[in-house]
Amino acid sequence: MPAHDVLIIGAGLAGQRAALAAADAGASVAILSKVHPVRSHSVAAAGGINAALNPGDSWESHAYDTVKGSDYLGDQDAIEIMCREAPDEILHLEHIGVTFHRSDTGHLGTRAFGGASAARTYYVADITGQAILHVLYEQLMKHHETVDRYEEWFTTTLLQDDDGHCIGAVARNIRDGRLEVFDAKSVILASGGAGQVFKPTTNALICTGDGIAQAYRIGAPLMDMEMIQYHPTTLAENGFLITEGARGEGAHLYNALGERFMEKYAPNKLELASRDVVSRAEQTEINEGRGFPDGTIALDITRVPRKRTLEALREIVNIGRDFAGVDITREPIHIRPGMHYIMGGVRTDVDGQTPIPGLYAAGEVACVSVHGGNRLGANSLLDTLIFGRRSGEHAAHRARGVAMPKTSSRRLADVAAEIDEIIRRENTGGRRISEIKDELGETMNRYVAVYRDAEGLARAHEIVRRLKAEAPTAAIDDKGTVFNQDVLGAIELGYMLDVAEAIVVAAQERKESRGAQFRTDFPERNDAEWLHHITISRNGDGVPEKGTAPVRFTQWEPQERTY
Amino acid sequence: MAEYTLKLRRYNPESGEAPFWEEFQIELEPHRSVLEGILKVKAEIDGSVGIRCSCRAAICGSCGVRINGRAGLACHTHLGHAADSGVHADGRTITVEPMGNMPILKDLIVDMDAVHWKKIQRVTPWLINKEPVPEREYIVPHENMVDVTQTMACIQCGACVSDCLSMEVDPLFVGPAASARAYRFVGDPRDAEQYERVKDLAEDRHGIYDCTHCFNCIEACPKGVAPMSQIMRLRRVAGADHGIVDRNNGHRHEQAFVTLVKEGGLLHEAELLPRSYGGDSWFGKFHPAAGQELLSSLPVITTALLRGKVTPKGVLAPHKLPKDALAAVQAITEKVERRRPRNELNLYITGYDDSPGAGDGDVHPLAADGDAMTSAPGPNPHRPTSASESESA
Repeated sequence: MPAHDVLIIGAGLAGQRAALAAADAGASVAILSKVHPVRSHSVAAAGGINAALNPGDSWESHAYDTVKGSDYLGDQDAIEIMCREAPDEILHLEHIGVTFHRSDTGHLGTRAFGGASAARTYYVADITGQAILHVLYEQLMKHHETVDRYEEWFTTTLLQDDDGHCIGAVARNIRDGRLEVFDAKSVILASGGAGQVFKPTTNALICTGDGIAQAYRIGAPLMDMEMIQYHPTTLAENGFLITEGARGEGAHLYNALGERFMEKYAPNKLELASRDVVSRAEQTEINEGRGFPDGTIALDITRVPRKRTLEALREIVNIGRDFAGVDITREPIHIRPGMHYIMGGVRTDVDGQTPIPGLYAAGEVACVSVHGGNRLGANSLLDTLIFGRRSGEHAAHRARGVAMPKTSSRRLADVAAEIDEIIRRENTGGRRISEIKDELGETMNRYVAVYRDAEGLARAHEIVRRLKAEAPTAAIDDKGTVFNQDVLGAIELGYMLDVAEAIVVAAQERKESRGAQFRTDFPERNDAEWLHHITISRNGDGVPEKGTAPVRFTQWEPQERTY
Repeated sequence: MAEYTLKLRRYNPESGEAPFWEEFQIELEPHRSVLEGILKVKAEIDGSVGIRCSCRAAICGSCGVRINGRAGLACHTHLGHAADSGVHADGRTITVEPMGNMPILKDLIVDMDAVHWKKIQRVTPWLINKEPVPEREYIVPHENMVDVTQTMACIQCGACVSDCLSMEVDPLFVGPAASARAYRFVGDPRDAEQYERVKDLAEDRHGIYDCTHCFNCIEACPKGVAPMSQIMRLRRVAGADHGIVDRNNGHRHEQAFVTLVKEGGLLHEAELLPRSYGGDSWFGKFHPAAGQELLSSLPVITTALLRGKVTPKGVLAPHKLPKDALAAVQAITEKVERRRPRNELNLYITGYDDSPGAGDGDVHPLAADGDAMTSAPGPNPHRPTSASESESA
C-alpha cells in the first residue's frame, strides 16, 4: 500500500510543479493522474505566462491589472504574492529548459495580452503551456527517484480520519481496475477545471471537475463558482480555442457590418480589454443582429505579418486549417465567445490550504482567489505554477510534524463495492450517460453563459436537479476491468453534476453584475451589497448551502472599470 | 450528414479471445473527425470501445491510432477524407486499429510506456545546464529558440513510433520520437553536453545511424516535427560539427554517398560498402576493416549478384553521366556546400516569407507545405514528402 508525505492528484502544471517543489523540500512524493501527465489540459494553454520582469515593468502594475481584471473580487494579498513571485518563477522555468522565445537581443521576449498595461507575457510560439508542461515532465523523469508517478490512475474518493483530516485517497488503476489506498500526510488536489460541464467548451474531455467535487463531498467549501470565463475567440462549431495571443499580436475583431466594434465598448484597450468585456461586447453585437448569420464575429489575423503568424501563432494556423478550413493568414476566421475557464474552485489560502486540514488545492481546481470575477489571459499558467509550488513546499513542511496515517482496508472494500455497483448496472431503459452529459452541457451553455437572469438560472437549476436524479440509473456497457472508461464516465458525470449545481446556485445568489457574471436583471455592479465572495458547501443531498467570505484588500480601492 | 462504417479493431484482454474487427454504422458530417465518430459509437452504441482521448484538437497527443493502416491522430483525421482513402476508398468504410510497434492493452489503446516512453528516457530527456547558470535568463539567439520549438512541438502521440520501419526490424532502435527529443537538447544553446549527446547516439548500434530514411515518421507526424529531419540534423552535428566517425560506419557511409555522387554524378554501388567501411576514397577497399566487413557481407553480396542487383560489369565499370549532366550535378553539390549557415530544414524558420519567391532562391520546398496535416488532410491537404526527398543522403 503506497504511503507518502505528499500525495498530489493531477499532473498538469500545478501538480507537477507541486511535486517537484515538495520533493525539493525533502518530502516523499507521489503524483497520480487519470491521464499520462503530458495529456493534462495545461497542454492546451497557448498564449503565454505573465510576469513583470522587464526593466520598465513592476509587479505592482501587474497586480493592479489583475485586481482590475478581477472586477475587484480578487483577494489582493494573494494577487500581490503571485505577481511578486512571478519573475523568479519565469527565470526558474527558463533555467530548467523552457524554450521561451527571445527578443532581438537574445533576452526573454514578450507579447501583449488582454487587460495588461504592459507587454509582459512570456511565450513559446503559441504552445506555451505544452512547452512548460513537457519541460516539467522532463524534470519528473530526471527526479524519478524522489517522485513516484502513478500514471493513468483515477481517484475515486478522498479519505479523512475521525478528526476530519485528509489522509489520502482511493484510486483505481485504469489499466487493470485495481483499487488502492494511497496513504498520505497531505493531499494536494491539482486536478484542473470543469469545462465539460458546458457544451461546447474549449476544455478537454478530461476536465470534469473531479477535484472540485471530491473536495466538496468531504466538506471543503467552494468559492466564486458563479464566475465562468467565456473566452472571446472560440470556433463556433466545436468550441476550439483561438489564442488571445492573436489579438496580442495585432488581430482585430469585426462585426458583420465590417465595424471594429470594440471601439464602442473599450475605446482605449479595444481588442485587448479584459476577456469578460470583449466576450460581452461580441455577444451584444450578435444578439443585436450585427453578427454573421451563424452567430459569429470575425477575427482578422491577416493584419499580422504572415511570417510572424507562422512563427508565433503556428498552432492556430493549424487549427484554422484543420478544423475550420480557413487559412488565417489570408482571411478572417469566424469566432464567438465560448466557455473556457472557471475562476472559482476549492477555497484555499495563499499556501494552497483548504479549510480541511491536510487538504491542499492548486491551479484551476482551486480558488485562492487571484482571478476574482475574471481572469486575465496568461495569468492561469502563473497561478498554477506559483500556487502549485507554494502548496508543494507547505505540504512538505507540514509532513515533518505529522505521523504517517493509516486507512483501514474496510474503507477500500466500501469503495470497491460502490464501483462494482455502478459496473453491474444493466440497461433498464434509462438514459445513457452521454445523453445526460449532453443535456447538462447544453443547459449550462444556454442559461449560465455570458448573459444570465433569474428565470434562466432557475430553469437550469431545475434541469440539473433532474439530471442528478437520472444519473444513478444510466447503464454501463463495459463490465470489464481493463480500461473500463465507461465506469469512469459514470463517476465523472456525478462530479460534473455536483459542480454544475454549485455554479448555478452561486450564480442565482449573486444579484449583481461583476466580472464574468452579468445578470440582465441586475445589470449594475453593486459594491455596497456584493463586494464579497460567495461560498458553496455541501448540504447532504439537498440544495447546496450558500455562505460568504470577505474580499481581502491591500492597496487598491474599487473603482469604476473601463478599458 | 453522411453515413460511415467504422471498422474497429477490438481486443479484450480479459476475454481470452483473439482480436477481431467490429463494424459500427454512424451518421456525421464529413468534416467531423474520426475521433468524433468513435465517440459517437461509445456514446450511443457501445460504451466499452476503448480509446484514449482528451483535447479533440490535436494538442494532447492521446488518440494516436492507425486509420486505414497509417498512423495519425483520430481527432485530426476527417471522416470524409478517411472514407475516400485507404484500402476501401468507397466513401463509406474507415478502418481504425491500434498503433504499431507497441503492445496492445485493449481495443485501440497501446502500451506507450513499454516502447515510446522507454525510448524517450534513453536520450537523457532534460536540460543539462551550461555553467554557470546565469542569475537571469541565458542570453541566446532568438533563432535557436524558434529552431528547437519544432521539436518542442512534439506532442508524444507515438504516431511516428508506430510506423517506423527501422523499429519494426530493430526494436531496440532509439526511434524517431526520441531522436527528435534529443535534437531538442542538441539544438539548445543552453545545454552543456551537445558533444556527449550526439556521440552517444552516433556510437549506439541502435542510434541515429539505424534510420533508413523511409519518411514514414514525417508522413505520420501530425505536428510537423519531421523526426527524420531531426535525425539528419543530429547526424550533421555529430559528423560535420564534431567530426565523430562512429563505430557503426554511419558517418563514413553518408560521406561515401556524397563523394561518389559528387565525383561521378551517380551512385556507384559497388564502391559504396568498401568506402563506408574502409574510408571515403578509392583506397578504402584495401583497409583491413573493409576486408573484414566485406567478408561478413559476402552472403548479401552473393545474393545481390545472383539476383542481378549487382553485375560484375557494373562493379568494374560504373554508369557514366554525360559531361554536361555531371557538371550540373556538381554545380548543385557546390551550391549546397557553399551555403552558410547550412539549411536546417526547420519549419519554423526557413523559407517563410510574405512574398513567395522572395529571398535568395534557396527557399526549401518543404516550406511551401509546412507541417501540413499528413495523417489527415483537411480542406487543403498537403504532402511534404516530395519536398523532403532532398533529405535523403
